[in-house]
Amino acid sequence: MKNIETFTHVRGESIYLDDIPELSGTLYGAAFGSPHAHGKIRKLDLSEALDYPGVVRIFTYDDIPGKNQIGSIVADEELFAEDEVHFRGMPVAFVVAESDEAARAAVKKIKIEIDPLEVITDPRVAKEMGNLLTPSRTFNLGDCESAWDKCAHIFQGIAETNGQEHLYIETQGAYTLPLDHDSIKVFTSTQGPTAVQSHMADVLGIPMHRLEVEVTRLGGGFGGKEDQATTWAILCALATYHLRKPVKYSLHRLDDMWMTGKRNPYSSDFKIGLDQDLKIIAYQATFYQNAGASADLSPSVLERTLFHCTNTYFIPNVKAVSYCCRTNLPPNTAFRGFGGPQGMFVIEAAINTAAEYLGVSALEIQRKNLLKTGDELPFGQKVKSYANECWQQAEKLFDISQMQRDISHFNKENNLFKKGLAIMPICFGISFTKITLNQARALVHVYIDGSVGVSTGAVEMGQGVNTKMAQVASSIFSIDPARVKIHSTNTYRISNTSPSAASATADLNGKAVEMACNEILGRLKFVASEMLHCTELDITFSNEIIFCKEKQTELTWTQLIQAAYTRRTALSEHAHYATPEIHYNPTIEKGHPFAYHVYGTSVCVVKVDCVRGTYEVEEIKVVHDFGKPINDLIDYGQIEGGIVQGMGWMTMEEIIYDQNGVLRSNALSTYKVPDIYSVPKTLEVHPFLSDEPMAIFGSKATGEPPLMYGLGVYFAIRNAVCAFNNNCSPAYSAPFTPEKVLMNLYAPIKKSSEKNEPTITGLETNQTQP
Amino acid sequence: MLQFILNNKEIITSLPSGSVLLDFIRYERKLTGTKIGCREGDCGACTVLVGTLAGDKIIYRAMTSCLVPLGNIAHKHIVTVEGINMEVLTKVQEFMNDAGATQCGFCTPGFIMSLTGYCLQSDDFSNEKALASIDGNICRCTGYKSIERAAARIVNTMKHLKNQNRIDFLIEEKILPSYFNTINARLRSLGQKAATNGTYTTGEKKYFTGGGTDLYVQRPEEMKYTDSHFMSFDEEMQTIKVENGICTIGGSATVTALLESAFLKKYFLRNSEFIKLISSTPIRNMATIGGNFVNASPIGDLTIFFLALEATLILTNGVEDRKILLKDFYLGYKKLDKHSDEYIRAVTFIVPDENCFFNFEKVSKRTHLDIASVNTALFLKLEGEKIIEARLSAGGVGPTPMILKKTSASLLGNAVDISLIKKCIMQAMEEISPMGDARGTAAYKTLLLEQLIKAHFITLFPELNFSEMIKSVV
Repeated sequence: MKNIETFTHVRGESIYLDDIPELSGTLYGAAFGSPHAHGKIRKLDLSEALDYPGVVRIFTYDDIPGKNQIGSIVADEELFAEDEVHFRGMPVAFVVAESDEAARAAVKKIKIEIDPLEVITDPRVAKEMGNLLTPSRTFNLGDCESAWDKCAHIFQGIAETNGQEHLYIETQGAYTLPLDHDSIKVFTSTQGPTAVQSHMADVLGIPMHRLEVEVTRLGGGFGGKEDQATTWAILCALATYHLRKPVKYSLHRLDDMWMTGKRNPYSSDFKIGLDQDLKIIAYQATFYQNAGASADLSPSVLERTLFHCTNTYFIPNVKAVSYCCRTNLPPNTAFRGFGGPQGMFVIEAAINTAAEYLGVSALEIQRKNLLKTGDELPFGQKVKSYANECWQQAEKLFDISQMQRDISHFNKENNLFKKGLAIMPICFGISFTKITLNQARALVHVYIDGSVGVSTGAVEMGQGVNTKMAQVASSIFSIDPARVKIHSTNTYRISNTSPSAASATADLNGKAVEMACNEILGRLKFVASEMLHCTELDITFSNEIIFCKEKQTELTWTQLIQAAYTRRTALSEHAHYATPEIHYNPTIEKGHPFAYHVYGTSVCVVKVDCVRGTYEVEEIKVVHDFGKPINDLIDYGQIEGGIVQGMGWMTMEEIIYDQNGVLRSNALSTYKVPDIYSVPKTLEVHPFLSDEPMAIFGSKATGEPPLMYGLGVYFAIRNAVCAFNNNCSPAYSAPFTPEKVLMNLYAPIKKSSEKNEPTITGLETNQTQP
Repeated sequence: MLQFILNNKEIITSLPSGSVLLDFIRYERKLTGTKIGCREGDCGACTVLVGTLAGDKIIYRAMTSCLVPLGNIAHKHIVTVEGINMEVLTKVQEFMNDAGATQCGFCTPGFIMSLTGYCLQSDDFSNEKALASIDGNICRCTGYKSIERAAARIVNTMKHLKNQNRIDFLIEEKILPSYFNTINARLRSLGQKAATNGTYTTGEKKYFTGGGTDLYVQRPEEMKYTDSHFMSFDEEMQTIKVENGICTIGGSATVTALLESAFLKKYFLRNSEFIKLISSTPIRNMATIGGNFVNASPIGDLTIFFLALEATLILTNGVEDRKILLKDFYLGYKKLDKHSDEYIRAVTFIVPDENCFFNFEKVSKRTHLDIASVNTALFLKLEGEKIIEARLSAGGVGPTPMILKKTSASLLGNAVDISLIKKCIMQAMEEISPMGDARGTAAYKTLLLEQLIKAHFITLFPELNFSEMIKSVV
C-alpha cells in the first residue's frame, strides 16, 4: 500500500502549520533571544520596540500567570529569562504585532544590557567545574577492574562526535486561537502534543482540559520537535491568553537555527581489552555529554547512550559512566538515534583503535564479538539476537572479502585516490527507556456509512505512521483502505499521548488501533451472527463481504454497519495499549527495558581524492532486520533516509560554536546537509526477515536504527586516509570533514600524547548577531 | 503596476516591485503549495517555474521564489505546484507517488516543480541531467534514492519527445495541464514592454538588481521598499558573443547562460564541470555574472574564474562607459572601484587559443551548492615549452578575490616541471593571508591552496611525474 499522505504531498495540498488559513484579526509573534550566552540581565529596554508601528504588546516573564518553567525531565528551564541568561537565543521577550514584519522589526529595537558571566562550551570543562544537570550514572556488567589483568591487549583513547542540526525543512511554529470558557486551541508543529499541553497548562496556570493541541503533520521532526516545539507554542498561547486574539509564530530559519538545540555533542574516553583471539574481555567508557544550558531530554538521551554503549557486541565486563554536562549552548535534545549513535561511535572507535595497533581489519574483531541469543547486555537484558545472521547474510550477499581485495588492489594501483571500506553492524533497542511512556491510546469510530475514522497519539512526520495505522484498521475490518481516514492528532480526542519518538510510534499506537478495531469487530460479528443465524465464530470478513462458515453471504460491510447501528450497537471504541514485559530499575541499573532489538549489518566504500581532500561515498549495502514488513515502500524510505542522515552527521554536517557560544554555522549556507549528489551511487537494502510479536503485525520499527549504518562512512574515510598516509592516526572526531581529511592526508607523524581536536571548534570570537 | 501571469490567471499588482515572489504567492494569493524552508535559496522548497518569452517560444526556468523580486517577473509566466495540478496526478507527481518518494512531504512541491522544469526545458534526456535539475532541492528525510527512481521514469517518458511542439507533447503526456498552450499568446497580449516595469530613482538608496540572489539573502527587509532598476529586461546585457578574438558577456548574463553557452564550451572544454560547482540550478537560473562580481565576496566563484582570464569590466552609468580590469575592481573587503550610479554592462576577455591552458578548482564542505573554502583558477599561455603568460587567482585566502601577482610572475619564462610547481607553491604561500572561519581554519586554507595548485598542474599536464610531489607538503 502506498503512503496515504503522498497524493496531497505531490500536489502541494498537504496542510502544514504555516498553511492553516488564518482568521481575521490574527496577530504575529517574534521572540527576542538573548544576544549573550551567559550573564546577568541588568536592564531590558522595550520602549523603542513598543513604539514601533503595529506592535500590540511585548511579553516577558512578568506576564506569566502560572510558572515560568518548561523543563520536562528536570524543572530547570525557564520559558523567559528572568535574571540570568544561560544560552544565546534564550527567549527574553515576545513581541506581538499586527504583522510578522512588524514583530520581527520590533524585536531588533529591543535593547538589553547583560553583565557577562563565564561561557562554557566544552562538556569536559563543565564536568571539572561540577556543572552537571543530573547525577552521574554508571552501568556495570561483570567486573571491569579485575578483567584488565586477563586481557592480552589493552587500548585507550578519546572519541568525539559533534552535534547535528535537525534542519527539518518546516521550521518550528505555532498558531493559537482563543476559544470560549477560557480555552485555547493550539496548532503546533510538535512531536509531543501532550508535552506542549502540560507545560502550557503550567505556564498559564490553567488545567490541561482547556488546551486543545492539534497536530496535522510535521514537515520533518527528527527529534527536534519532541521537546523543543513547546517554547514557541507557549509563547503564542501566552499572548492569546492575555489578548484573546489568534496569535501565530512561524520561525525564520536563522532564528530556528540559533535559538534551538541540536543533537548532543559528546566527548568520551574509552578503554578496551582483548584476549589473544580478539575476543573483547573488557570495555570501559566515560561519556561527557554536552547537554547545553538545561536538561531538556538530555538525561534520557544519555541513558540511551549507556544502553547502546556496546552496540551489537557481547562484552562480559563493562563499565560505562555518564555525565550530563551543563554548558552555555542552547539545550541540546533528541535527534534520531537519541544518544544511541553517540554511544556506538565510541565502541566502534575502540575496536578500530585495537585493530589498527594489532594490524588486523576491524571487521575481524567486530565479527568475533557479535551478540548471540541469550547474551546479556550491560543493563541485564538478555537478547534475542540476529546479529550473526545479518552479518553472515551480508558477507554472503556482498562478498565482503572480494570487496576488500578489490580495494587493496585499487589502492596499490592509485596514488591520487584511495578507497576505504568499513562494516557497521547495529543493534538498536525499541521502546521508550522511560517505561511510563510505553503506552498509547486509539479512538476508532465506524460511521453509519461504513467509513472509519481513527485517532491516535501518533504524529505523522514523514515516517508513514498514518499509512500504517490505516493498514491496521483496514486489515482488521477487511475493508478498502480508502474507507479509513486517519485524523489529526488532538489532545481533546486522545489524552496523555507519548511523543512520536523512540521508533515506537507505529508499534504503540498500532497495537492500540488493533485492540480498538478488534473490539468493534467482535460486536459486528455478534450482529452478523444474529442476522445470518449462526455463531460469532462462524463469521469472517473478507473484502467488505461477510462470510459465514467460510461461505460468502449477501451481507456487505456497509449493510452490516447500518444493521448494527439500528440495533444500537456501539460502533466506537477507545483502546489502551501498554507494552508488556518491559521493566527497568534505575537504582541497580538493571532490567529489561526494550520490547525487542533491531539488527543489521552495513558495508560501505568511500573514495578519497588525496590531492584535494574531498571524498565520495561510493556504496552502502545493508542487510536489515525488518521483522515482517507491512509496508516495504515506507520502510525502505525510512532506511535509505536514515542512512543518508547518519552519513551527513559523519561527513559534512558540522556545527560550529565559537568560544562565546555564538553559532557560526547559523544558516544553510554554512551548515551543509546531504544533497542529491552526496548520496552513494549504490545504496542497497536487503531484508532479513525475523519474527517479532511485540512489533505491530510483526513489522519491526524502522525509524532510528538505520541512521547508525551511516557511522560506517566515518571509519571507511579513515581507512582510506590511512591508506594514503600510514603515518597518520586521525583523531576519532566526527564529522570527518574535507578539512580533517586533508589535514590528516598530509599530517606529520602523530605523537600518541596529542589530544583530539575539541568538539566545539575553538574559533576566534565574533560579536555579530544574526 | 506589475503585470504577469500566475498559473492560469493574469495578475496586476501594485505591490512594491522589491517584494519577493514567495510572499506574494503564499500570503497574497494564498497558494500554500509553495513552501518556505530557508528564504535564502539553499533548500529549494519554494521552487517555482518562471516562463519568459524568447522569440516565438517561452523558456521556463526553475527559480527559488524566496529570492525573486516581483520586479523581475513582470510579463512572465509564474507556475506554482497549483498551476500544474490536474484532476489526475501529473506524470511527475505520479512517478514520485509510485516510488514512495515523499516522506514528510514538505520539500516535495519543490522537487515536483524542478522536475517539471526539466521536462519543459532540457534537451538532454539522461538520468544525469534529470538529477542536475534537482541539485538545488534538499530532502532532509532524505528520500533521494526514491526520488532518483522517480526521475529515471520521467527521463524515459521524455525520451518519447520527437519533433512535435514540446508543450503539446507535455500536455498529451499529462505532464502539464492543457492551459499551458494558451500562455504564449496571453503573455504577448499583456501589452507594454516589460522593461518599463523596473523603476529607477536617483535617491540615495538605489540598486541595480540582477538576479537578486545575494541582495535578497543579505537584506530582504531593506530590498522590499527600495526602488531598484531591474537589469534582466535588457536583452543586450544577456548575450554572450565573440568578435575579433574578444569574448563579450553581458553583465546580466545568468550563470546558466554561461553553462549553456556554445562559445564557452568551445574554449573551455570542462566549462560545464566548472560551472556545475557554482551554486545550484535554480540559483544559476537567476544569478548574473555582474552580480557575482559586484557582490565582491572574497570567494566568488565567477570572480576567481574570470580573474585568471584577465577579464575587463565595462562599467556604465547609462551615459558613459568606463573600462577597468577585474583585478583592479576590488579595493578591499567588499570595497569596489565603482560609483553608485554605475553598473557592469559587460565583461570581456581575450579568447584563449590552442597554446592556452586553463583550470578551475573549488573545494567546499559539500561539493555542490556550497561556498568554497578555497577556490582558484590558473591560466597559462605557452610558447613552445615556455610560459609566456600566467595568472593564478585564488579566493578564500585573503580579504578580496585576488590574483597572486608575484606567483604568476614567477612562472614566466619557465617550462612546466615539478620544480617550477614547487616554486610556484612556495611563492603563493607568501602572498596569501587566510582567516579561520566556518569554512575552515587558516592552516587548512593554506594547505588547501597548495593542494589545489598541484591539482591545476595535475589536471593540465597529466604527463608529468607527480608521484614524489603528491605524498609531501612543500
